[in-house]
Amino acid sequence: MLSTLYALMFYAATVLIVVGVGAKIRKYALTPAPLKIPTTPAPVTETGVVLRMLREVLFFESLYKSNKWIWAFGWIFHMALWLIVIRHLRYTIPGTTPALLNFLQPFGKYAGFAMVLGLAGLWARRFLVDRVRYISNPSDHLILALLVAIGLSGLSMKYVAHTDVIAVKAFMSGLWTFQINTLPTDPLILIHLTLVLMLMIVFPISKLLHAPGVFFSPTRNQVDNPREKRHLAPWAAELEK
Amino acid sequence: MADGDTQVPILDDPLQVPCIKPGAMEGLQPFLASPEHQEALGFPGELVPDWKEKALAKMAELAEKNRAFQVYLDICVKCGACTDKCHYFLGTADPKNMPVARQDLLRSVYRRYFTFAGKYFPWLVGARDLTEDVLKEWYSYYHQCSECRRCSVFCPYGIDTAEITMAARDILDAVGMGQKYSNEIIGKVHAVGNNLGLNPKALAATLEGLEEDIEDDTGVSVRLPIDEKGADILLVTPSADFFAEPHIEGLIGYAKVFHQAGVSWTLSSYASEAANFGLFIGNYENMRLVSQRIRKAAKDLGVKRIIFGECGHAWRVAYSFLNTLAGPWDFLDPNYPVPQHILEFTWNEIQKGTLKLDKSKNDHMTITFHDSCNVARGSRMGDMPGGQFEIPRNVIKAVCNNYVDMDRDTIYESTLCCGGGGGLLTDDLMDLRIKGASPRMAALREVTENDGVTHMAAICAICKTQFSKVMPKYGYDMDQIVSVHQLVSNAIILDGQETDDAES
Ligand code: SF4
Ligand code: SF4
Repeated sequence: MLSTLYALMFYAATVLIVVGVGAKIRKYALTPAPLKIPTTPAPVTETGVVLRMLREVLFFESLYKSNKWIWAFGWIFHMALWLIVIRHLRYTIPGTTPALLNFLQPFGKYAGFAMVLGLAGLWARRFLVDRVRYISNPSDHLILALLVAIGLSGLSMKYVAHTDVIAVKAFMSGLWTFQINTLPTDPLILIHLTLVLMLMIVFPISKLLHAPGVFFSPTRNQVDNPREKRHLAPWAAELEK
Repeated sequence: MADGDTQVPILDDPLQVPCIKPGAMEGLQPFLASPEHQEALGFPGELVPDWKEKALAKMAELAEKNRAFQVYLDICVKCGACTDKCHYFLGTADPKNMPVARQDLLRSVYRRYFTFAGKYFPWLVGARDLTEDVLKEWYSYYHQCSECRRCSVFCPYGIDTAEITMAARDILDAVGMGQKYSNEIIGKVHAVGNNLGLNPKALAATLEGLEEDIEDDTGVSVRLPIDEKGADILLVTPSADFFAEPHIEGLIGYAKVFHQAGVSWTLSSYASEAANFGLFIGNYENMRLVSQRIRKAAKDLGVKRIIFGECGHAWRVAYSFLNTLAGPWDFLDPNYPVPQHILEFTWNEIQKGTLKLDKSKNDHMTITFHDSCNVARGSRMGDMPGGQFEIPRNVIKAVCNNYVDMDRDTIYESTLCCGGGGGLLTDDLMDLRIKGASPRMAALREVTENDGVTHMAAICAICKTQFSKVMPKYGYDMDQIVSVHQLVSNAIILDGQETDDAES
């Protein structure tokens, strides 16, 4: 019964996140940027733009220039999150775990601490820095609370009260083929999964959209070549008729 | 507000971050445009009765038409990285002058009406209803942003508050709340061709006077032609170059460079304005109309190239937008970029060796260079990234012996706005202008004290006017701001020029 409920919730949340984020991406992609507005230092080639974007999403280049504290906490949190997500694939992929995941496993295990530490730093700034306190809304605190809770519940299962990971793996990987296997019922795993479900649901309706959104930011994704190449939005072309 | 009651903020460090003072600049607002000025631009004369519906409809339209608006309203994570990057926040401490907070004034409304979270859980995400007070708040704080884009450089997603400010002003115009300063000026350009409303006759007389001045000074007859058909180059320059100091010295500099380079050039009375205030009010149609004048002038005069004079926002519109707004330029000489900056031209001539320069003519000065915000962050010069920083410095160093840069965090792409850009260069905002200049003034004071800098050079008509007004508040003289081409003009030795000292 409980397993079925969770399975259904996972399906629903997956549909929501895929459809929701997909719709947003579609919207961003279809909305024209009427003018060339890349911000300096703007690359003059497509390749340059790709490299700029990579530096932004891998190293948070602009944030580094901007504020070392936010950069350090933010970067640690995001990179740890990636490691953790990748590590968690072992619980969702059916069959034997690929070698790459086994290789990452030892790093992934400690990434949970790094993630919580990074989040704690970011959260502390929301209380301690008057400027950041001023701009924070309840939702900004809640999203941090949600992520911290996901991290702590996960860490507890790893280091305090183990859950039956074999059973969890059977449950999660069964979802791919619409098989509902039995999910362990200890509170930690249920809390952990519920929180993750919540995260998936709020993704398309919250600031988490920054993840796909950054790729559509005209100040970062445009090539600096306005004199060489005429740029014209479809609606602006209408004005010329 | 009269400038007498402004507290001039003296910062120890140019980027010193204040503790927030909520409400510090509340209620400050520039004069509203009169119905006549509004209507000339195609906007309603005064606040329309159904302003709320109109404003929301305009907001929806902008979200459809402008990706930046749509994406930036969604993706800010409130990380706070931009909070200490705005010179108006550094100078006023008003938290609503923090870039993210400035965006939030509009984002809160956008969320309320256009997003799921804001519709159903407004308190959670800081969404709020659009009320008349909100509209007034917009009018106030979106006229405390110079659209300088410094915040965009430092945001991890490149969120450009200037885009939001422009959108907000476009919405305000659409409901009948335009700003007098910008809209009156745009009206003059539509009617006469320049911001000052100088008619062709007055313009020609001014230029004649300048020709006489140059001849008196140098003994050489240097021309400042206007409306000359068949000239190779159309020079489009800010109209402040025709009458204001130190702008006019820059114009004399361009004329001398053209003269010495031996090219034929002309100004146009129809397009006698480089600045395009359509940018400031975020209105594509008006910006396009102003740009189209340049196209028409270029066609009518049959020129082969277009060169822009020293002007910051003008160069952004010229470099980044002109091809979009008034192109394609296939009727001009394809061997030259369209448009070119006067500094690109001058730097070329210097490299070719066509200009005879005597650097010692500028020895009474030690120069520093103020990168104008929109040149630095919204455009480029030359064919290399960063040319907009190197070329002006190269030219200055070619004509001056003493040059020093200010604090690296306040120049190049991190440059600070002069405090008067983006449609704020009006006396009714003097208080804000003085405060907004304080970070730049602190950086200047550092090099004055440490390196004996005496003058600051700029390549923007707004910067020059703003600094000549506010530098006296910070203990400088108004003539300590100079045009880059003024320095060129000082150093250039024209063929046949009478010189008074032996070594030159
Ligand atoms: S730096 Fe960018 S994401 Fe961070 S608060 Fe400012 S606008 Fe938002
Ligand atoms: S664009 Fe410039 S003036 Fe406007 S908020 Fe950003 S830093 Fe401040």
